[in-house]
Amino acid sequence: MRFDLQTIASWITPRSRVLDLGCGAGELLKYLQDIKGVTGTGIEVDAEKASQGIISGVNIIHGDIHEEIRDYQDQTFDYVILSQTLQQVFRPALLLHEMLRVGHKGVVSFPNYSHYKNRLFFFFRGRAPMSKELPYAWFDTPNIRVVPIKDFRSFCSVFGFEILKETAISTYYHEEYGRKVRFLPNLLATYGIYLLTKKAPA
Amino acid sequence: MIGNSIMPNVQSIPQENRQHFTVGSVTTQYFHFAHPPNSMELECGRSLGPLTLAYETYGTLNHDRSNAILVLHALTGDAHAAGYAQDRNQAPGWWDVMIGPGKGIDTNRYFVICSNVLGGCMGSTGPSSIDPSTGRPYALTFPMVTIGDMVRAQKKLIDSLGISRLLAVIGGSVGGMQVLEWAVRYPEYVVSAVPIATTTRHSAMAIAFNEVARQAIMKDPNWHQGDYYGRGQPGHGQAVARMIGHVTYLSEEALRKKFDRRLQDRGAFSYDFDTDFQVGSYLQYQGEKFVHRFDANSLLYLTKAADYFDLAEYYGHGSLAQAFAPAQSNFLVVSFSSDWLYPTAQSKAMVQAMKKNNLQVSFCEIEFDYGHDSFLVPNPPLSQLISGFLDKELRNLAPSYSCV
Repeated sequence: MRFDLQTIASWITPRSRVLDLGCGAGELLKYLQDIKGVTGTGIEVDAEKASQGIISGVNIIHGDIHEEIRDYQDQTFDYVILSQTLQQVFRPALLLHEMLRVGHKGVVSFPNYSHYKNRLFFFFRGRAPMSKELPYAWFDTPNIRVVPIKDFRSFCSVFGFEILKETAISTYYHEEYGRKVRFLPNLLATYGIYLLTKKAPA
Repeated sequence: MIGNSIMPNVQSIPQENRQHFTVGSVTTQYFHFAHPPNSMELECGRSLGPLTLAYETYGTLNHDRSNAILVLHALTGDAHAAGYAQDRNQAPGWWDVMIGPGKGIDTNRYFVICSNVLGGCMGSTGPSSIDPSTGRPYALTFPMVTIGDMVRAQKKLIDSLGISRLLAVIGGSVGGMQVLEWAVRYPEYVVSAVPIATTTRHSAMAIAFNEVARQAIMKDPNWHQGDYYGRGQPGHGQAVARMIGHVTYLSEEALRKKFDRRLQDRGAFSYDFDTDFQVGSYLQYQGEKFVHRFDANSLLYLTKAADYFDLAEYYGHGSLAQAFAPAQSNFLVVSFSSDWLYPTAQSKAMVQAMKKNNLQVSFCEIEFDYGHDSFLVPNPPLSQLISGFLDKELRNLAPSYSCV
């Protein structure tokens, strides 16, 4: 399994209830189901991936994450995961509020846009950065947002999401191996992974 | 004449190759119940008996009786879902593409029961059956039956087979309505449920088409208020009813691919009212075939049962979420992109209600051209979905059994 997914999996309590938004073919959920005994549901907009996941034995709803999440009652899940999808979300704050409405905790991971390679790409070539993590040109990218780790932190504090855990990792795109980045993560990490909860009212 | 159906002709497969992926020769069985002095109370308030339900089974029931799957057919289907009918000229089952060794519903692993419905004419008690009190066919004295009545009769069949839990109840279209009814009415019996291309209630449009079909039959001069037995069927009306129905089961794209505007047996328009177009000829063939196969009154009763079906109203005082409250099954809901009779939105509505009840549910809209009937034709994505889902359900069941 991808290193970023391994990291997320290590945060999930056994036998918990998990909702995975944009779950693809349900790789993470399958792992969590088999290894940690979680009760999982995934939401995936791509019919092909959704059906692959269902065939592999995962509960998946083929649909749009923004619409599908609305149907769940408050606090239905222990964890709601948004893995590498944040950069494609039109209204991130709204979605995160929804995640923390239907779940106790949210897990959010995203490619760190301020990684030094992106900076060098932009600085030296003067063109929109492309990388293994963000391999698209400006005109065909599904990624409508650029999310540096630093900006995500301030976003959380502005919108009242408390960061319970934070890990920055460095890994090649979709690789099984990687390492945690403790020194200058905003510069050196390829991905940021966050465990969030709703800030208790002061 | 376009003799072939839009479905592939299974009989074109060489006989010697068939056994490798079919359940082989099968015979329909009959379950008799509600003998006098007993009878079955129906939802309309009347009671009926004695009753017969036609069914077939495939595969083997395992020792702890945990691998039974109930398959339910669409509006005018029958109990003959798989294999080749011994008593009917080796006709293939209506879902032979799905049920068999190594197929989507694998008869090497599961014990499959396909039950016919009350009100039908394919071996079960319906308006064409003989009323023992008069010695003549019931015709319109047959009481109105509902989807709920059909399912209650099927429950008696399942009880009689000594099965107390169904690994899955699977069905498309009106069969899917029965699946939903099973899941809500007998939650403890239904481990998992697979409603395909179905709805929790007919839209005004679906009712409208059914009304046209019924009127076509009832306006036929041979209908005689339903009392046509022994005098010749209201064939014209019944054929027209089937033609309109058949169009709703297909899609613009399926019809275009199959027929487009091609002419039948001619190079130019006739400029009269001959059937110029292939699509017209095909529909007429479907209509005629249906008249030979089916009873017109049964079509009246069954379409009415489908129109009356309203899960939200019956079980939830109008709230679909409330209607699903008693359900415990794990669901796999499937819709087809080209189904305009029961469009995807109606499947999504039931998925939404299931989610609100915290039920385990998977849903997929399969991209498929054949319209509402997409589940009846060879459909590898559907077969794989069902196969994977059933495999999970059987595996999830296993631990609780081994613990006992």
